[in-house]
Amino acid sequence: MSTAKTLTFLLMDAPYESANSTTALRIIDAAIRKGYHVNVTAYEGAVAYTYGLQKPHQNPIKGTTVEQEKHPNTKDWVAALIKAAQGRGLKLDWLRCGMCEDERGLYENQIAGTRPGSPVDFYKQQVEPADNVLVIPCR
Amino acid sequence: MAKILTIVECAYRATIEEQDDTVLWFTHMMAAQGGADLALLLRGNAVNYLSRKQHVDVLHFGEAVLGNPPRLADDVEALMKRNVPVYYVEEDAGERGLEKSDFIAGAKAVSRAGLARFVAGFERVFHW
Amino acid sequence: MAKYLLIESRDPYEWNDVSYFYDLAHGLAREGHDVTLFLVQNGVLPARKSPRSGRLADLAQGGVKIAADDFSLRERGIAVEALAPGVRPSKIDAVVDLMGEGARALWH
Repeated sequence: MSTAKTLTFLLMDAPYESANSTTALRIIDAAIRKGYHVNVTAYEGAVAYTYGLQKPHQNPIKGTTVEQEKHPNTKDWVAALIKAAQGRGLKLDWLRCGMCEDERGLYENQIAGTRPGSPVDFYKQQVEPADNVLVIPCR
Repeated sequence: MAKILTIVECAYRATIEEQDDTVLWFTHMMAAQGGADLALLLRGNAVNYLSRKQHVDVLHFGEAVLGNPPRLADDVEALMKRNVPVYYVEEDAGERGLEKSDFIAGAKAVSRAGLARFVAGFERVFHW
Repeated sequence: MAKYLLIESRDPYEWNDVSYFYDLAHGLAREGHDVTLFLVQNGVLPARKSPRSGRLADLAQGGVKIAADDFSLRERGIAVEALAPGVRPSKIDAVVDLMGEGARALWH
């Protein structure tokens, strides 16, 4: 593991419900581009970011097919970020709140490269060793 | 002073479905099982959590019953018992017509004028 | 003295509570801390010169550095020339840079 600094983010919003999810991914992307290791804890609705059964859809208003829409789901964005981090020799540790996924029925079919965990894991594995932490809450 | 200040402002978001305030719960987990050195500041609508007058009716949807209605004042008290000091913004309580005599014991008031200095006393701030 | 990064994602037109966050930024600056208020998403709306952007100008005069996410500005058609005094456009990278420098980061 390199001597790069580590930034930790806690996300709460489900994707597709607010602008927070896009901004969160932009910040994580910037951190990876700039050579940081990144920890993410996906809490509450954010466990849906990485749900493997997301699928794209066509757009009848625009008259576009699924292929023409070119619309990756958030699971694809996160998978791409995991790959980008790996390509740079960096860590993107994406932890999903286990109880949150249980109650939302999202405990299976989560994408590879992510793992279930708890608030204690967030604190001990992602906060204590990190150089800095940002909580992105929801309303 | 604790190392991490947790600021909670959003109140009653999904607290019935969750049977908890999920941020208070998360904070409790970090303190109780993670050993985190935390303090809690309630501001905005979340100051209402200090009121002993909160009550959640038992909800029925057909035969499905809400088993454990949230008891948010109790949850805040439980945090204090875990040595998590609890603070609240005094003017936020006043603006909402809250009577301190209705509050659980032990929460300490912070004035708006003193808020920046108070926040600056912590190494990290989790602003929920 | 510490560095602070206060990220404001909300606007004062829909959210009364934004004034609390602006006040916090101002208060921390008055206490001598190095404060950046980073506006993002609808938080950039008051950055367009308007009757409501005076508060941001006050913050800037009070020592708060105000940065507006350039992506959010373009998304809302706010040109750099239309920005209120004291507000400068910024890449999202600035959030990472400030966190990397140890700025205590708060999101509202």
